[in-house]
Amino acid sequence: MPSDPASGVIRLVVPSNPLAVRDALQGLFQGQTLRLLPDAERGTAEIVLAEVLNNVVEHAYASASGEIEVTIRVEKGALTCTITDHGRHMPGNILPDGRLAIPLAVADLPEGGFGWHLIRALASDLDYRRVGDSNELSFRLKNEQ
Amino acid sequence: MQLLAEQHGDLLIVRVMEDRIDAAVAIQFKDRMRDVLQVPSARVVLDLAQVAFLDSSGLGAVVAVMKLLGPTRKLELAGLTPSVEKVFRLTRMDSVFTIHATVPAGLRNAV
Repeated sequence: MPSDPASGVIRLVVPSNPLAVRDALQGLFQGQTLRLLPDAERGTAEIVLAEVLNNVVEHAYASASGEIEVTIRVEKGALTCTITDHGRHMPGNILPDGRLAIPLAVADLPEGGFGWHLIRALASDLDYRRVGDSNELSFRLKNEQ
Repeated sequence: MQLLAEQHGDLLIVRVMEDRIDAAVAIQFKDRMRDVLQVPSARVVLDLAQVAFLDSSGLGAVVAVMKLLGPTRKLELAGLTPSVEKVFRLTRMDSVFTIHATVPAGLRNAV
């Protein structure tokens, strides 16, 4: 049985590109602290962090270079994550609603737009603010009931 | 991006020999699949048993592959690991694909 990871704070800075995001996720989830999370929670946390970080790479920085700051506070029963970048703001300064519409015809199926749906389904207490020229997104990942 | 394709009559089984289909390789996956799918086959089963992690870009690429097959060929999935299954379920893409627990019996060790 995996035990609870020890409380603590993990901080890292990730260059804004897909391979750096992959390396950061692999480092995080094979690292000492988060390796101890139960499998389902580790899987959920990796999905949400991947979607959030890839969104920053694709939309906030687009093809520009930049850095993404990741802070994960590990407490009993939950991870609290804060992601900061210095790229473009969210359109309208609000988070996408992530609503999915599944069409009947295969040819009409969407090939994107799943990211915010997954984030909203798996994370709680989502909070976004534009602070100066930075985006700050925070959310919690609770233990599954 | 390593894919292993095996043909069994009108069935083509494509095994993804990678542990991730993520934003870093989604386009590569789609391009490699496009090559592999040149082989004529009515049914295509994509074996994801080795894929521990798939993100929304990877999901979008799997959907794109299904669309590449057109209306007369079918893409089915097999061997979804728990995290991959969760992504398909939460996006309701599990209702769009035929999903097998494992590659259809009798074919798994056929090669």
